[in-house]
Amino acid sequence: MLRRRVIPCLDVANGRVVKGTRFVDLVDEGDPPELAERYAIEGADELVFLDITAAPERRGTLLDIVERTARRAFIPLTVGGGVRSVAEMRDVLRAGADKVSLNTAAVADPTLVSRCASRFGRQAVVVAIDARATADGGWEVVVKGGREPAGLDARAWAERVVALGAGELLVTSIDRDGTGQGFDTALLRAITDRVGVPVIASGGAAGPADFVAAVRDGGADAVLAASIFHRRIHSIAAVKVAMADAGLPVRHVPVAAA
Amino acid sequence: MTRIGPRVAVVDYGAGNLVSIEQGLSAAGAAVRVVGDGAALEDADGLVVPGVGAAAPAMARLARRGLVAPIRAWIAADRPFLGICLGLQLLFERSDEDGAETLGALAGRTVLLGNAPTLPHIGWNQVVRRREHPLFDGIADGADFYFVHSYAGAPEGPSRDAVLADTTHGDTFAAAIATGRVLGVQFHPERSGTDGLRLLGNFVGLVRAEAVPHLREVPAGATARPGAS
Repeated sequence: MLRRRVIPCLDVANGRVVKGTRFVDLVDEGDPPELAERYAIEGADELVFLDITAAPERRGTLLDIVERTARRAFIPLTVGGGVRSVAEMRDVLRAGADKVSLNTAAVADPTLVSRCASRFGRQAVVVAIDARATADGGWEVVVKGGREPAGLDARAWAERVVALGAGELLVTSIDRDGTGQGFDTALLRAITDRVGVPVIASGGAAGPADFVAAVRDGGADAVLAASIFHRRIHSIAAVKVAMADAGLPVRHVPVAAA
Repeated sequence: MTRIGPRVAVVDYGAGNLVSIEQGLSAAGAAVRVVGDGAALEDADGLVVPGVGAAAPAMARLARRGLVAPIRAWIAADRPFLGICLGLQLLFERSDEDGAETLGALAGRTVLLGNAPTLPHIGWNQVVRRREHPLFDGIADGADFYFVHSYAGAPEGPSRDAVLADTTHGDTFAAAIATGRVLGVQFHPERSGTDGLRLLGNFVGLVRAEAVPHLREVPAGATARPGAS
């Protein structure tokens, strides 16, 4: 049976893992390949690097850390942040990533999704959707780190990018992100009911029960979190035990020296 | 110390991430070379064809690099071969995805996964063995491996006996096949943690067993490699 995945997300800037309220007050947390390997040993099913490097001329640093990570952590790696073209996606895949996540660039030019999917296969194309609740009970897509509305309904956008060739969606509730209030399971359900591709839940995890809810109530295939793992508030193993106890299929890993 | 291992060629035809395959095979003791043309296969002991995505563009890229005939000859000679994901699907006769004619080493075609709750099939899933094979030595029956695909090979006739292991996502499909020394896995061993590395190591061991004549030409002592299996 297909396992429900637990995915740590690492924010990367200028080749280092950073921590902070997204994009501000960044604190250096270490070497990405080293942390990636640690998470792989502790049972992560997959890893996401979110590159928040501001300056495009520093992108070479990202390719270097992707390659060093691929040589150390033998689990799948998705890279998001700043990929704007088929050529940039090719470089990231060749460096050792399995999937690339498109966000603002896909909103700016939706054909990027279909062009990347036809070149690399839809399984390599993740579209990240940052969504914010609206007054009428729906959700709108926001870009630029959640600061700017894109003028798109999140559910319609999800259907559209899947039709264009997205093989997976990474759905982040901007309202919940960083709050520890749990995932927006209504948002997740609204999207998982509409698309046939796997959906990764993101934004708001505080504890293992939230992961269970994202899958059971939200219909998510995978659950992503950053700070609760980085700050060692909860281990990946503890999250998986809670999911297994709730009857969800998870990949069991050897007891790690965590 | 320079490690002398069986020479494994990994075919590069622009189909994505080769870093982890190269690293996994190297860790298993192989002398890995990434090759982009047919001539480069001549002095290899084992051949790995990786790849993700659709069959037609993959076959076109292989053809452009002059790799189709050498790969067909390699398989026809029953030399050690491992196809990974699309590399397994290409062993069949054709693909339903885009109608592409593929290598034709196995009777059958590549079909869309039936009754799948989600597509693509992305994630860790159980690989259940139908019969024993050294490719799975040291790996528990039902172990989890990482899959990323929407299509899978559907063996017909005698090729049905080539199936080594099954996986279920909606319908059950062939997760691993073996016919002679030609092997294929639908999952990604290079992304499947320690069990995946073990499987790559088992393949390198099979290559080494076939490559004994040339390895014996290596000066005494150079082949002593503790920990290799």
